Amino acid sequence: MNLAYSLATGGAAAGRPLPGSLAVQPRLSRWLRIGEQGTVTLTPGKVELGQGILTALAQIAAEELDVALERIRLRAAATPDSPDEGVTSGSLSVQECGMALRQACAEARAIFLSVIAQKSGVPLEAIRVEDGDFLGPEGRLGSYWELAGQDLLEAEATGQAAPKPPAAHRVVGRPVPRLDLMDKLTGAPRFLHDLRLPGMLHARVIRPPARRARLLGLREGALPPGVQVVRDGSFLAVLAESETGADAAAARLASRAEWQAEDSLPDMAALSDWLAGAPAEESTVTLREAELPPAAHRVSTQFFRPFLAHASIGPSCAVALWTEAALEVWTHSQGVYNLRADLALALRLLPERITVRHVEGAGCYGHNGADDVALDAALAARTSPGRPVRLRWSRAQELAWSPHSPATLVRVEASLDGEGRLRHWRSEIIGNGHSSRPGRAASPTLLAAQYLEEPFPHPVAVNAPMKAGGGAQRNAEPGYAIPALHITLRRLTEMPLRSSALRGLGALVNVWANESVMDELAEHLGEDPLAFRLRHLEDPRTAAVLREVAGMCGWPRLGEAEGIGHGLAAARYKGSGAWCAVAAEVEAAEVVRVRRLWIAADVGQVINPDGALNQIEGGAIQATSIALKEAVAFDRRTVTSDAWERYPVLRFSEVPQVEARLLSRPEEPPLGAGECSMGPTIAAIAAAIHAALGVRPRALPFTPENLAAAMEL
Amino acid sequence: MNDARIGFILNGQPVQVEALPGMTLLEALRGPLGLSGPRFGCGEEACGACHVRIDGESRPCCALPAEAVAGRAVQSVEGLGDATHPHPLQRAFAAEQAGQCGYCLSGILVSAAALLEADPTPDEAAVRAALEPHFCRCGAQNRIIRAVLRAAEERAA
Repeated sequence: MNLAYSLATGGAAAGRPLPGSLAVQPRLSRWLRIGEQGTVTLTPGKVELGQGILTALAQIAAEELDVALERIRLRAAATPDSPDEGVTSGSLSVQECGMALRQACAEARAIFLSVIAQKSGVPLEAIRVEDGDFLGPEGRLGSYWELAGQDLLEAEATGQAAPKPPAAHRVVGRPVPRLDLMDKLTGAPRFLHDLRLPGMLHARVIRPPARRARLLGLREGALPPGVQVVRDGSFLAVLAESETGADAAAARLASRAEWQAEDSLPDMAALSDWLAGAPAEESTVTLREAELPPAAHRVSTQFFRPFLAHASIGPSCAVALWTEAALEVWTHSQGVYNLRADLALALRLLPERITVRHVEGAGCYGHNGADDVALDAALAARTSPGRPVRLRWSRAQELAWSPHSPATLVRVEASLDGEGRLRHWRSEIIGNGHSSRPGRAASPTLLAAQYLEEPFPHPVAVNAPMKAGGGAQRNAEPGYAIPALHITLRRLTEMPLRSSALRGLGALVNVWANESVMDELAEHLGEDPLAFRLRHLEDPRTAAVLREVAGMCGWPRLGEAEGIGHGLAAARYKGSGAWCAVAAEVEAAEVVRVRRLWIAADVGQVINPDGALNQIEGGAIQATSIALKEAVAFDRRTVTSDAWERYPVLRFSEVPQVEARLLSRPEEPPLGAGECSMGPTIAAIAAAIHAALGVRPRALPFTPENLAAAMEL
Repeated sequence: MNDARIGFILNGQPVQVEALPGMTLLEALRGPLGLSGPRFGCGEEACGACHVRIDGESRPCCALPAEAVAGRAVQSVEGLGDATHPHPLQRAFAAEQAGQCGYCLSGILVSAAALLEADPTPDEAAVRAALEPHFCRCGAQNRIIRAVLRAAEERAA
């Protein structure tokens, strides 16, 4: 879902292989610039999504260069100058971008040092760097800033400079305040929604009443003066001088549009049946055979999760400006180059004619409407060259028309031998793919492209291969010692509801399914679920987070009041990312309430402990919302979860207390923290519900209706 | 079109705005008045992102006609403080690093300011209740609650 998809292993001519994105973008000047005024400007290809990545990158650079953090500036990613780092996703920004910047800064420091050594005659080993000044035994020799004009960074990384050992770190590993937070606390314009360009017009898009629909015509009628209508096939938009005018015109135009609409969505009440029966492409995720002792106990069950919405607090927004045959777009997309590629396809333009600039948006948890709205804005602005056009979706459009995280069915059959050991595990994952991201298919995946006068076919969502983290199959393989394993994936080849990546992807359902089966097997043996897990864990780091969380919550918690239950769960995210264990305490009355969560995580070396804890806790709270409340509703034509009251998310009164801890691993490679807590949180809540009520949840969300249905199974 | 001029007090200063027919207070604040703090989230008074104080009371302004505040006092997050002179709440939010994407924070800060004026020593339950109209999709609620309690403590100290 990211650079790892296409990244060859690093290939520097000499020295160590280049880490992360530096392997494909080795030119140092692509990553950083030294300013004569005493600043360092970083130009990462990864973008700020509300996760705090810019602060972590600044820490890494300040550390390697030996300059004060305050000297670091960050330039948001933009084509064509930023390194193309694919998409900011998959908890990979520290690995791919952070490690590239760490090496690039180490190399930059070495280059400047060697120039100073040569100039001054002071041997390299005798020169220190202090906040950008080079100091020899006899005093100051110069600074980065004095050498800024010499183009020293117009060089390729060699892999020869070694970054500092972790023991020498002073900035990395410290909790550093987010660089962007004060702006956001004081209302300073920082979001794309706040971008005001001279002569800017405001636009709204009018979406069809069904997923499969054609605009037949517009009934005659007056529009407010100054309003322009833009139509291209079934794409319909309005432009006005003000937001008020645009909203009023959009409402009027919507009431005059005549559509031919058809049913195309499955019956929501029988979504599991649709998943089980829809046309699909089957593939093997993992197959491991072994000679097995006979099965002494077998569990066979299935798990269901509905479509989920991103539900960002800010609706998607973009600004577009046409000049002659060139287009400039401001976007909160996760990947400026990927978006550019699809805009070029949809607008039938050369990519070189399009500039795409990242500006921060509201919280992004995956492939939301950011890319789609950029095409909407470009289409709306095309007939007004020279005038920037800002197009913002409505709340209804944001909830109903952003790509959704796909509904999934997971069937698991697992068995124990006569000694109570796991012997065989079979699982099948059924659902749409988790990526409809732009920039990867022959046809654009942007929403409006399929409604144009000359429409593009909409590619059906795919899953990344496991070596790139997978999609629906992410975390399908349990992290336990199991002699025989057979995991298959049925990716649907029809996609009535557009699906794509949401934080955690398949890990949300797969970790829950796997951990629930582990609990069920342990229960059969009468064994403590923690002991049962530890007995099957060969990976010491999973065992370590589990033991840590057990200590934090006082596991096993016995003699609780009626209706109170505890559960725990763990997983290594993607099988290759951060380790996380979660324990949950629920209170089950009329509805289930999550009272407390305890979290232990191992993200390798920690760049910013406070930032990592913020992400881990945030992921767990979002997962609590998904576990208890969230499901996208639809009829046969369109999504009906188009307002907060029809897509409720967790409120302040419902947020559990959270205690989160990071295991200290300063010598290990750093790993992203944003997604690792989600699957284990859902799984721990499910286990706690079982402890409280005696019922194992089989369908998300864990509402009274779904729990009642599970009791009848 | 019969544009009407509306006068009110915005963050302590008298302002006049040409209100288009149907213009909401949020559109007036973000449009002709040039503010960025009050944010559009839903347009249905359901998410809290657009809260401002009107005569002291924290309210959504995304569906409120601009003329409803004629002659009244409106305070947005910009009226609390800025980076050089932050309000105790803004300082406490920075100290607790209470936020992720930050889109919900202006509305939350405004509601927290109204709470602390009405109840200078709220307990956690009172903070949660005051913030109930606000969504934070990133999951920073616990930090936000701690920040409000911290601001209250620091003011009391």
